[in-house]
Amino acid sequence: MDLHVIWFILLGVLLGGYAVLDGFDFGVGILHPLAKTDHDRRLFLNSIGPIWDGNEVWLVVFGGALFAAFPDAYATVFSGFYLAFMLLLFALIFRAVSIEFRSKMKSTGWRRAWDFGFFFSSFLASFLFGVAVGNGMMGMPLNRQGIFIGDFIDLLNPYALMAGAVTVAMFAMHGAIYLFLKLPQGEARDRVRGWMWHCWGIFLVLYIIGTMYTLVAIPRATVNFRYYPWAAAVVLLNVLAIANIPRSVHRNRPIEAFASSTVTILCLVGLFGIALFPNLVMASNDPANALTIYNAASSAGTLWRMLIIVIIGLPFVLAYTAAVYWTFRGRVELGEHSY
Amino acid sequence: MLVWERSAPFKDAGMDLDVVFLSRIQFALTIMFHYLFPPLTIGMGVVLMYLEGMYLRTREPIYEMAAKFWTTLFAVSFAMGVATGIVMEFQFGTNWAPYSRFVGDVFGSALAAEGIFAFFLESGFLAILVFGWEKVTPRFHFFATCLVAIGSMFSAVWIIVANSWQQTPAGHKIVTMVRNGTPVTRAETADFWAVVFNPSTIERLTHTLIGAFVLGSFFIMSISAWYLLKGRHEDFARRSFSGALIFATIASLAALISGHSNAQMVAKYQPAKLAAMEGHFTTGRGDLTVMGIPHPAERKMTMHLALPGMLSMLAHNDPNAVVIGLDKVPREFWPPVGITFYSFHIMVGLGMYFIALTLLACFLRWRGTLFDKRWLLRIFVVSVIGPFVANEVGWVTAEVGRQPWIVHPNVVRDVSGNIAFDAAGMIQYQLSEGLLTRNAVSESIKGSHVLASIIMFSFIYLLLFWVWLYVLNDKIQKGPQPVKILGDKRKGWLSASAARTLHEDSMSEAKDPFGNGGA
Repeated sequence: MDLHVIWFILLGVLLGGYAVLDGFDFGVGILHPLAKTDHDRRLFLNSIGPIWDGNEVWLVVFGGALFAAFPDAYATVFSGFYLAFMLLLFALIFRAVSIEFRSKMKSTGWRRAWDFGFFFSSFLASFLFGVAVGNGMMGMPLNRQGIFIGDFIDLLNPYALMAGAVTVAMFAMHGAIYLFLKLPQGEARDRVRGWMWHCWGIFLVLYIIGTMYTLVAIPRATVNFRYYPWAAAVVLLNVLAIANIPRSVHRNRPIEAFASSTVTILCLVGLFGIALFPNLVMASNDPANALTIYNAASSAGTLWRMLIIVIIGLPFVLAYTAAVYWTFRGRVELGEHSY
Repeated sequence: MLVWERSAPFKDAGMDLDVVFLSRIQFALTIMFHYLFPPLTIGMGVVLMYLEGMYLRTREPIYEMAAKFWTTLFAVSFAMGVATGIVMEFQFGTNWAPYSRFVGDVFGSALAAEGIFAFFLESGFLAILVFGWEKVTPRFHFFATCLVAIGSMFSAVWIIVANSWQQTPAGHKIVTMVRNGTPVTRAETADFWAVVFNPSTIERLTHTLIGAFVLGSFFIMSISAWYLLKGRHEDFARRSFSGALIFATIASLAALISGHSNAQMVAKYQPAKLAAMEGHFTTGRGDLTVMGIPHPAERKMTMHLALPGMLSMLAHNDPNAVVIGLDKVPREFWPPVGITFYSFHIMVGLGMYFIALTLLACFLRWRGTLFDKRWLLRIFVVSVIGPFVANEVGWVTAEVGRQPWIVHPNVVRDVSGNIAFDAAGMIQYQLSEGLLTRNAVSESIKGSHVLASIIMFSFIYLLLFWVWLYVLNDKIQKGPQPVKILGDKRKGWLSASAARTLHEDSMSEAKDPFGNGGA
């Protein structure tokens, strides 16, 4: 396998890791307004309290890795989606402020305002990630130098908006299952059980619409299935994982349900990669202008050195992540250091 | 250098909005706001390691109380640094796409290394630092503190590597290739370690870390002095103040030494920057400006007070050495003289102030009268603003002094390594390896979009700043909390030494850093 492909896969791993980890953070935020009491909201917030910050690092490292491995794609995507990324940054910062600040004062109005901030920024960030993936599937108009020549408003097309909606529903479902895992026994957790069903239903409907829409509107998405027949296994796994969620919820196996929604997210990121490969940014106006993993890459020497850095660094990263999640295992309880 | 020039000011929706100018404003706003936090947390990280280490060694509850208190302030600042740092990671792509394409192979690698080696370490273990007091053993907590502190220094290492390469490029080659029928020129890494240890990395990293240590220690002294003035938590405050004072004094003196060797490095590699820093318009013996007003249009200084020959002495260890002035630099490659000059002199002035203040305080501390001097404590309360400003203006000097280049090319040298001059007597740059800031702004963005994002960032950063001050104030008002000792099984080993309630008198016999038993 050549270096370029390895880096394409590594970026997929980083994006997948981010989507799984921050996905449940966002989901908790999206469901946050449904919590009945202040105590429940604090439980929600503290279920992600110690880990949301570390989860965002996956996004930062994804950005850094894209910059290092495929600088041309990094430059084109981020400058082309300028306003969308600025909104995303706004949402991510606003979300951090809301989480940090919400429980610092007792006043109801104060807490309501930050509760809304937490919900809205989580919702907006999830939606924008979906819109970005939707536009990635569609491609964007590029000139010969691989520079975006479209308009911001082009990004808000029906397909991308649909991808945004699928993402919001998927993260809400993932977040509901996470909450079911982390909340202590009680009324709040019983209510979350109902939400899992609703979120799963909404996600299933949107997933089916999205799949049909993709098959009709984006012929490019399925081309690689001809060259790589094993890719069909990802689709199968995806369907099985989605089907296994209600089964595990029904059998009261939240860990299995969480694993299934994790696999669902990873499969969708994988399918996104399969649709793109070997492109990074498809050109909607002229396929020849696309940025690929070959023409947008850094030099082979740099890809090698970066790979060595990853091979040295990754075991440490996995070890820290495991250590932190192990430390904060078990159900949420509120203490003096809680939000 | 990239091939095309952007026409400025950029016409946009009937408004003249200069995308280059606006993008520079946005970068300055976001990086300067971000940089309030990293030096503070790097500096405080060292103190936290010391406090927790002492706690593990002595098992004195006061160290645990101090570590817990400073950890809360540290964590709030660290979270701010993370939230504002995400913006930095993406801004190279959003606003500076041609730059990203040109430097990605070199600069991107350093940034990605920072992500993998530092960010995961910091953010993961920060959670244990803040939320893990009851979940892990004190020994593991200390370990987490060390990793966060070391992680924040790793961050500094990689980001300074990347930035220093932009100042003094080394270890790369400029490659032109054809893609989709269009020529593309970029810098590629040829020798990774030469990129990492480019000529300015070590000097700039040292100075940056020292700046962080000054800030961290002044921050602790400021809050401790406030407690002393209010008569609250006095023993805790005296100890914190004394420990931080030693740290601040050493760091302030070290800043002077490292600043001096930085100036020598700048003189060698970026003569235009040094000339702008000193308002040195005419090549010849260099006088060290104490104060003055530069007039770049008339190429002269007014109200000029300078120490004759001192700049030559400092830059070249010879009072009569020739220091290249701005007259030898082509006018189009002058950095903005005013901003570079003032920011540099504010930094130096503040540095001298830190040395004077900390030495005076050390003397009084040795005499044992420091904590009776309320006027001096008041000065220490407000003096924390000084290192914040000094860290910022130091970076302004470095980055504005690098203009008009975003990647500063090396100057042309003769065979013996001295700076060479062309027929007109001017210094020359290796133009192919540099990139001008005005050519580095994204082609696809509009002035109105950048203006919109500036407004958005201003709004959210004002909010963030308010949040930060509010939470800091809240935590400081509450003060250090006496540690709970009874009823916790894991802390059973403490009960022997800590059956008494924790209050001021119980600690006064403990050792203090000056060894003369408090005030």
